[in-house]
Amino acid sequence: MLSMELLANALVAGLLLGGFYAAVSLGISVSFGLLDVVNIAHPVFVVLGSYAAYATNRFLGLDPILTGLLFMPAFYGLGVAVYRVYHAGFERTGEESLRGLVFFFGLLFIVEVSLLLAYGVDYRLVEAGYIGESIRLGGIGIALRLLLPCLAGVALTAALHLFLSRTFYGRAIKAVSQDGLALRLMGANPVGVKTIAFGLAVASASLAGALLILIGPVEPSLGREYIGRVFAVVVLGGMGSIGGTLAASAILGVAESLTSTFSGPTWAPAVSFGILLVVLAVRPAGLLGR
Amino acid sequence: MGALLEVRGVTKRFGGFRALAGVSLEVQQGERFGLIGPNGSGKTTLINCISGALASDGGTILFRGRDITGLPAHQRTRLGIARSFQIPRPFTSMTVLDNLLIPLEYAAPGRASRTDATAAAMETLELIGLAEKARLRPADLTQVDLRKLELARAMAARPALLISDEAMAGLSSAEVDAILPILLALNERGITIIMIEHIMRAVMRFSERIAVLDAGEKIAEGSPDEIVRDPRVEKAYLGE
Amino acid sequence: MRKTLVPAAVAVGAVLAALLVVRLTGNRYAWFAGYVVLQYIVLATAWNVLGGYTGYVNFGTAAFFATGAYTALVLVLTVRPPLPVMILAGGLTAGLLGLGIGYLTLRLRGVFFSIATLALAVVLQTFVMNWDLVGGAKGVSVIRPRPAVPFTDYAEYLFAVMAVLAAAAVSFAWWVEHSRLGRGLAAIRDNEEAAECMGVPTLRLKLFATTASGFLMGVAGAPFPYYVTLVEPLSVFSLDYAVNSLAMPMIGGTTTWLGPVVGAVLLGTAQQLATVTISSELNLLIVGVVLVGFVLLAPQGVVGLAGRLASRRRR
Repeated sequence: MLSMELLANALVAGLLLGGFYAAVSLGISVSFGLLDVVNIAHPVFVVLGSYAAYATNRFLGLDPILTGLLFMPAFYGLGVAVYRVYHAGFERTGEESLRGLVFFFGLLFIVEVSLLLAYGVDYRLVEAGYIGESIRLGGIGIALRLLLPCLAGVALTAALHLFLSRTFYGRAIKAVSQDGLALRLMGANPVGVKTIAFGLAVASASLAGALLILIGPVEPSLGREYIGRVFAVVVLGGMGSIGGTLAASAILGVAESLTSTFSGPTWAPAVSFGILLVVLAVRPAGLLGR
Repeated sequence: MGALLEVRGVTKRFGGFRALAGVSLEVQQGERFGLIGPNGSGKTTLINCISGALASDGGTILFRGRDITGLPAHQRTRLGIARSFQIPRPFTSMTVLDNLLIPLEYAAPGRASRTDATAAAMETLELIGLAEKARLRPADLTQVDLRKLELARAMAARPALLISDEAMAGLSSAEVDAILPILLALNERGITIIMIEHIMRAVMRFSERIAVLDAGEKIAEGSPDEIVRDPRVEKAYLGE
Repeated sequence: MRKTLVPAAVAVGAVLAALLVVRLTGNRYAWFAGYVVLQYIVLATAWNVLGGYTGYVNFGTAAFFATGAYTALVLVLTVRPPLPVMILAGGLTAGLLGLGIGYLTLRLRGVFFSIATLALAVVLQTFVMNWDLVGGAKGVSVIRPRPAVPFTDYAEYLFAVMAVLAAAAVSFAWWVEHSRLGRGLAAIRDNEEAAECMGVPTLRLKLFATTASGFLMGVAGAPFPYYVTLVEPLSVFSLDYAVNSLAMPMIGGTTTWLGPVVGAVLLGTAQQLATVTISSELNLLIVGVVLVGFVLLAPQGVVGLAGRLASRRRR
């Protein structure tokens, strides 16, 4: 018997989850969608952000979202360093395809195992005042621990969209994906622009990580579960389309939530993969892609 | 006797951008055909559609009277269409000789055994002047040699139609004079050649007929003398 | 004909030598450690046919390995056929999986294939964890049958089987490398667009490579249930497989059949020795760091470095 209330709750939870997925996927939307750098390590950077939030929460009692924001400069630096190595090692020699991918996989692996060594396999979570709370909106319960990450995700998406369309560096980033030569003629250095963009992408992982640990407990291998989700979102939404990322995140969130509610939560990771395969088979350009 | 290659109303879009807007032309067996036009006029896109590297959005392409519009590139190569790339794309991990083995073993009709193919490859290298460099890797070659390798590889496919995409771009006058005779010699052996070039001296000397593209459309076609005097061509290159 | 006879003889000789050596040491643990190294020779070689020869990176070795293992497991739990049948079945299902994933993604950029393989492992693991027949997340135990006549110990038998499989895999890689097919794959790796324009049927060759690679990985996985006796998803889908099958060819050298063998022997033995001294996580961390190091600094691998040293000495 299909309960309307169950369905409504699942839909709402899905949409909220979608907002959060947007936050996680933005980094890939920029690095893969715009810069054509296949940073499959991004989800593990997000998990790294989660652990940063966990540590400060546990030892300093800081609010996770605050930590997420505070650590953004550090993550930006990490992104810049990683991109410099990637560019020097692979982009310049044209070897991005095979070895670049392996490089990021190696990074993914190194970070995950390091977290495993430091924190073990147990799930970690954070404590914050609003975690157990929820508000009721027209008969539907909305948990704050889902609502806040969703709002943060949407805000981050909007901020990135504004940055890309209104500021000089933002527009340079969009341009570099289309025509590096024109960019050079405009006086901006393509490599410099890409470095900044990649740094920003990894910086977003800091905040996304804080949101992740708010949504639920984390453990080191969680990153791998998100690889499918993140790439499904970016491919479905269309490469380089920030708005597409948000729409696709919502679709994925709802699909997973419905599957979870009606088939059981253990099937959720398969949903993103299914979506990814279908999109690749039917319309690889995605919903809003070029 | 029908034309070797017939292109009828080929269109190609990239998103909102219309790269080719219904281009039609015919190339006769044994002809030396030039294709020119300003940058961005669609020359390479047209070549990509003819060779199969890109799928056209509309129109038909006939080769020896047969509709090849839907065929993948490797099958068109086997039927007898070969192209060289504007920016050389050698197989970097292989020697110059082995680079030629690929088309000989995969595209040439009556695909030979390894030993026969090696002999045939050496023959082609002799013809093009790269025989002493047979054991070298592409990374060790000069720019001119790389262009020669591109042509040699296309030749090794034993094509009936060879499309040379700006094989001489960026070369010095002397280097151009090294490449041009190779193309002429090939044509004398019966190979139909379509040449895309910006170097007017080469195109004028080489071509029997020339077609001019501008913004995805064919704006003129005729002998080199006719083209040079055509006001539309002048306008396309120099503006109003 | 002569060209294939010599390497085949060498392969058989190597297998017999390995068996003899391990028998002589009399150490039972040697069978297990040797099994793992031989298994990695198969996995690394399989990965390299698609990765090193063709240029397409598979991050989901665990998915194909597990397909072979779980096909064998299902057979053990139902009809219990002899091991060679299970190996063949495991290879076929994994090969089909490779063909399927290839067909769906290989007409797009190589990157999408890699991402699909990464997601594939997660998804298959999800399926298996929900599958009651194989015990879900807890797994299931199997009992080994009696070993065939010349062998007294089933572990020794498994070692011999894996040695034969390793020899077969390496022979296959050797054959591919020296064939027209192999040259076509190399052309695809070096410049796919040019290869297609030179008459190479790129899609067909890529599908062959994914199918063959998947088949070999499934073959490596099929004896696994009998090897571990307790088959749990976490160990079958272990990240070790993805990383090692990738790191071993990268470290050993990707352009030739010898590279994965060198990598598997070096890295595999090092890991077997290390597991008694350091934790498995630290072990993996070191592998990761060495992998990144090689990818950045020595992309030709050990085989490539050795080649450069030899040519330098010749001058």
